[in-house]
Amino acid sequence: MEALEQIKSRVEAAVSGAKLEIIRNDSPSGQHSLLLDNAHALAVAKFLRDDAELRLDYCANATGVDWPEAELTEKIRVKKIVDGVEKEVEEVKKTLRPGYLEAVYHLYSMEKKHGPVILRFRTENRTDKNHLPSLTPAWRSAEFQEREIFDLYGIVFDGHPDLRRILMWDEFKDFPMRKDYVEPDDYEYEPTPHDEVLEKVKQHQAEEVKA
Amino acid sequence: MPPKNFELLPKAGAEGDFLEVAMGPQHPSTHGVFRMDVVLDGERVVKLKPVFGYLHRNHEKIAENTTYLGSMPYTDRLDYFCSMTNNWAYALSIEKLAGLAVPERAEYIRVITGELTRLLNHSCLIGFLLQDMGALGTPVMYAFREREKILDLFESLSGSRMMCNYMRFGGCRCDLPAGWIEEAKQVADNFPRFLDEFEKLLCENEILMARTQGVGVLPKELAINAGVTGPMLRASGVNYDIRKVDKYGIYDRFQFRVPLGDHGDTYDRFMIRVLEMHESAKILQQALKDIPSGPIIDPKAKLRGFRPKAGEAYGRIEAPKGELGFYVISDGSPNPYRYRVRPPSLINLTILEDMCLGNMVADVVVILGSVDIVLGEVDR
Repeated sequence: MEALEQIKSRVEAAVSGAKLEIIRNDSPSGQHSLLLDNAHALAVAKFLRDDAELRLDYCANATGVDWPEAELTEKIRVKKIVDGVEKEVEEVKKTLRPGYLEAVYHLYSMEKKHGPVILRFRTENRTDKNHLPSLTPAWRSAEFQEREIFDLYGIVFDGHPDLRRILMWDEFKDFPMRKDYVEPDDYEYEPTPHDEVLEKVKQHQAEEVKA
Repeated sequence: MPPKNFELLPKAGAEGDFLEVAMGPQHPSTHGVFRMDVVLDGERVVKLKPVFGYLHRNHEKIAENTTYLGSMPYTDRLDYFCSMTNNWAYALSIEKLAGLAVPERAEYIRVITGELTRLLNHSCLIGFLLQDMGALGTPVMYAFREREKILDLFESLSGSRMMCNYMRFGGCRCDLPAGWIEEAKQVADNFPRFLDEFEKLLCENEILMARTQGVGVLPKELAINAGVTGPMLRASGVNYDIRKVDKYGIYDRFQFRVPLGDHGDTYDRFMIRVLEMHESAKILQQALKDIPSGPIIDPKAKLRGFRPKAGEAYGRIEAPKGELGFYVISDGSPNPYRYRVRPPSLINLTILEDMCLGNMVADVVVILGSVDIVLGEVDR
């Protein structure tokens, strides 16, 4: 299969206006992904599916990820004047990452037997601007999976043929897979034999830490 | 109360009267709790919507709140017929994420247990499929007789018959007990005999052929676009087997064929499973002959306090029902930031309506049977 850089430049040449970005993944799996712009996502998807070289005819997996607002810390080296002398000092730079929801798609080719090419695109925020284009018109296999993302994360897929809750019941209000979802605490509690086990484990671990 | 989320067809119009039937959630053919909202014109299906979620436990959320190893036993409960392959798929994705190597002997054990799982899944499926056709009891009993032998092997290996919890990141939990290989060899050698008996009894059975040939046809292009995998895809004539495509584990060392169907109908889906069992038995015989001695887990693999570096990985295997994948994102903490199961049972159902349209209501039961679903995996 072509390198991701080559796929990116070919897509940008074929779909006018499309802007892609390569998101690097530094884990040993080395599965880097392509970040799409929402306006051209479906056109890009159809290009990837129909292109004679790639033929990514099979969308194996579609899923959501929640990234709430977070403060990211990063160590940077800056030049500073300390006691009248210019020195390079290490400083902690803090940046605020706004929250967003993300949809991730894993594409393979059944015809050419290669893959995966990973696509991801993001909503503007987690509250009201949570719309993304549906890729179901390109791959039918995304139908139930996008419904699942809608159900559990609250991403609204525009252009989906049948966007309804799939696992939770219709009256359910929240999105249980979001990181800030608060579980209901109205269950009845009864002491169980596991409580004793838990105590034992705590004791055991405390002793281990001491040792 | 009528289901709220199901949009009714226009009431009696030029087309005539329609009847809306909720098949399930408690129906003998739905393999647990699964509902099909079917709209019928006479006995013909004009609309069908699968409804699930009755068994939903949010396995993914549980896994995100526990350690990496802590969710291994939960994977057993996804497709509770095939806990070994579920373990394997999860272990594989974590090995990709953390860059762990698996020792030779463990790879052989994984192939052996994985193929045994395929045998037990397919034989049970055939039993259930015949039960859906009205052959009450007997075929399931024959299938369960074979399954018992495999479960005995799993019990002596892992201590549990169904929820094995046997694989670990970088290998397996424990080594094979004494005499296990000989017993497994016996099962592998005897299995083709059971298959011959099964084939003689069923493959040219008039009722089976009449009820399945030309029923629930799934064309090739539709199957690919709908992400159908496993025996169901290959019955439609698409040569795609992850054991051959990805060559994960040590599958490139074994000689086996990938059987393909011609018509994509229910009969082909039945036959593909029979043929796949022959191939699995062949793989088993080869693996049991060549299994080397040595360690069964990577000594560097840390189980307690396991924290892979930040990153993500998608790992997949050819489970008996199709592509079983795990997508894991790590943020460097002891529990996964995102944990996702790509279940073959759920995605194979995407196309159920298209397969059923125009068929009789009695065929819906058989078509659903040939999809091979387990609700633990559909709902998670």
